[in-house]
Amino acid sequence: METVTNQLVSIEKPEIVAPPNWEPVIMGILCNWCSYAGSDLTGTSRIQYPPNIRIIRVPCSSRVDPWFLIKSLQTTADGVLVSGCHPGDCHYISGNYYARRRFLVTKKLLNFIGYHENRIQFSWVSAAEGPKFAKVVAKVTEDIKKLGPLHLYKKENFEK
Amino acid sequence: MARVGVFVCFCGANIADYVDVPQVVEEAKRIRDVRFAIDYKYMCSDPGQQQIRDAIAQHRLTSIVVAACSPRMHEKTFRKALSDAGMNPYLLEVANIREHSSWVHQKDKKAATEKACDLIRMAVAKSIANEQLHEISVPVTKRALVIGGGIAGIQAALDIADARIPVVLVEKSPSIGGKMAQLDETFPTLDCSQCILTPKMVDVASHPYIELIPYAEVLELQGFVGNYKVKIKKKASYVNFKTCTGCGACWQKCPVKVPNEYNMGIDKRKAIYTPFPQAVPNKPVIDAEHCTMLLKGKCGICAKVCLPGAIDYKMEDEIIEREIGAVVVATGYDMWDPKPYEEYGVGRFKDIITSLEFERMVSANGPTNGLPLRPSDGKVPKNVVFIKCIGSRDEAKGIEYCSKICCMYTTKHTILLHHKVHDSHAYVFYMDIRAAGKGYEEFVKKAQVDTGATYLRGRVSKIYKKGDKLMVRGEDAQIGQVVEVEADLVVLATAVIAPKDNPDLARLLGISYDKYGYLSEAHPKLRPVETAKAGIFLAGCTQAPKDIPETVAQASACAAKVCGLFAGDTMKKDPMVSTINNEYCSGCQNCVTVCPYGAIVTDEVPMGHGSKELRTVAKINEGVCQGCGSCVAICRSMAINLAGFTDPQLINEIVSI
Repeated sequence: METVTNQLVSIEKPEIVAPPNWEPVIMGILCNWCSYAGSDLTGTSRIQYPPNIRIIRVPCSSRVDPWFLIKSLQTTADGVLVSGCHPGDCHYISGNYYARRRFLVTKKLLNFIGYHENRIQFSWVSAAEGPKFAKVVAKVTEDIKKLGPLHLYKKENFEK
Repeated sequence: MARVGVFVCFCGANIADYVDVPQVVEEAKRIRDVRFAIDYKYMCSDPGQQQIRDAIAQHRLTSIVVAACSPRMHEKTFRKALSDAGMNPYLLEVANIREHSSWVHQKDKKAATEKACDLIRMAVAKSIANEQLHEISVPVTKRALVIGGGIAGIQAALDIADARIPVVLVEKSPSIGGKMAQLDETFPTLDCSQCILTPKMVDVASHPYIELIPYAEVLELQGFVGNYKVKIKKKASYVNFKTCTGCGACWQKCPVKVPNEYNMGIDKRKAIYTPFPQAVPNKPVIDAEHCTMLLKGKCGICAKVCLPGAIDYKMEDEIIEREIGAVVVATGYDMWDPKPYEEYGVGRFKDIITSLEFERMVSANGPTNGLPLRPSDGKVPKNVVFIKCIGSRDEAKGIEYCSKICCMYTTKHTILLHHKVHDSHAYVFYMDIRAAGKGYEEFVKKAQVDTGATYLRGRVSKIYKKGDKLMVRGEDAQIGQVVEVEADLVVLATAVIAPKDNPDLARLLGISYDKYGYLSEAHPKLRPVETAKAGIFLAGCTQAPKDIPETVAQASACAAKVCGLFAGDTMKKDPMVSTINNEYCSGCQNCVTVCPYGAIVTDEVPMGHGSKELRTVAKINEGVCQGCGSCVAICRSMAINLAGFTDPQLINEIVSI
């Protein structure tokens, strides 16, 4: 098994240098009750954060199928942020615990198939943590920028 | 072919200042499937909604995207606009270009505009996969469960039952009445507690719509709002309540004596007992921990003297089930044990008592016939020191919060002391006097004048014994000196704490509790009687310390909530629930395990068309499902989908930009 892993070619290509104007696309999948409400609070408090994130609303972080994360990386996004309620505060009692376990496994899968594990990030943001959401987005954006583009072949990237 | 309409809102200047709205509209028009796109100053206003309604008819739109504020804000408004135009309201998608774009990227109009376009592309892609959904009607069981038979539970039960809704009232102890039944008089009017409470207790017992289940506990709650099923354990009382006449021959003859909880252990009760003479129901129970017949098989006197033959030593706990629609939790409070106050000699000096013990002594039906007596020698005390904030507002030894009622009940105690022992003198050590309430400040002022009590602002540091007296040393902060008071009796105003069973009960009911064990309300200001779980309400001190008027008000508020819930025959429920495709379901039952609500059960369906062989599949109870989607993500065969958040919808969103 180990030899097979070693033979795998990483999808990440550190030798590719991002064009100067390149901006990553980050898919943010947020639970309706905590993180989505928290991101709304960031808006109402006019806290500024990098504009790279595109937000999808789901009822609970446990709704997030690893498929969505892989699909995002395959098609549109350079990174994915999944955010839910703090452990113990899930609106649906225990959903975020399932999510947490699932994400740990997904990270391993990600490593295995050759993506850098930081392409997918998880956070817990409550409905009252507007400033925290902005910080999380800024950090994720920075991390993904360091990792470089996944979708250089996209037309608009060349145009820039 | 989908025909999507996109409506972009300026939100006055909120969006238009930071996002180039006309450009967004142009971009939107270029998206495949978009047949119509327009902007407007305020989409949520009536003319804005009218534009949506008109466009639906004019352009035969099949789904609508509104790019405006957060869906948490106006999704309902726009859904209604769709319904008004004769379109299924769930064909709407909201692109949140205000909270998620214009307000958070105010310094970069280009990026904000690009992002707004992307958010609209995502919403359009999702809306194409939207399906027509219809609100689910759930039948409601019009019966309420009230847990706890103190004044909160009694008031809630009576108010609900008066609206002709059946109530099941479960009380842990043999009689209802709770802490209020232990009180002598109540502040600030000095009404006799028994005189105002016992008629209500009798009303509960005789009310045709109330089923009173005393000496019982709630074991299990299943189901969801409007359709709960509760399991109640009726503890074995060893007395058949149906044949018992309540004559009292049994407890008069019982030879076993046990400290009396009702009188705070100041006197004794028997092993077969009614908690107090006015108990409702006025039937005795046998205390299995102390009855020698139950413990050793010797005695049996009560059975011999019971003429109706109501004693049954072989009685066992009984589990009963009731179907209910709503729950009112009114489990009350406990008094804090002042043991950590070692410097006061709590536990060493007999003449230091708690305020509830003092209350029992001065009660007309108390163990000392209404006279406060020193526990050490039975003499009537002359100098009595009351110390407030024992445990309350004390982070080191007790709890941080103010117990709210101690200032008032201590004032009441000084008056009661003055009434019972005319030549006595009361000293009150206090931190602050918190007398916020109707007539409370006046009551404190009047008591200070009438009783001549000495109020000393400061904490007591030490109590020690001198002869048969207790020396109370404390600080009088107003003169800045240490003072010593020679006391015959010291009364500690102990803190109000949450019942120790509250966390267990909260877990059983599926509601939350705070760090002190008080049950949490849904919103501290605007939803103070509801819990986060629909159909479960809180009354009285189980939520936070309260006095009687507040408790009664909250109990009546609970009743109003319950009556409102039961006003129709059915309840409307959001249609965003999971559905199972039997064709794909392999019957692995992973979804059954992850469902936090027990909404998924197994079902048997034919193997194939017309086949007699059966296979197991999962089945979702729409009424129970809350739409979290845990089951969808866990399903390996992709047989489950969550309406409103289906896989095609979310994947469409992901791949659209």
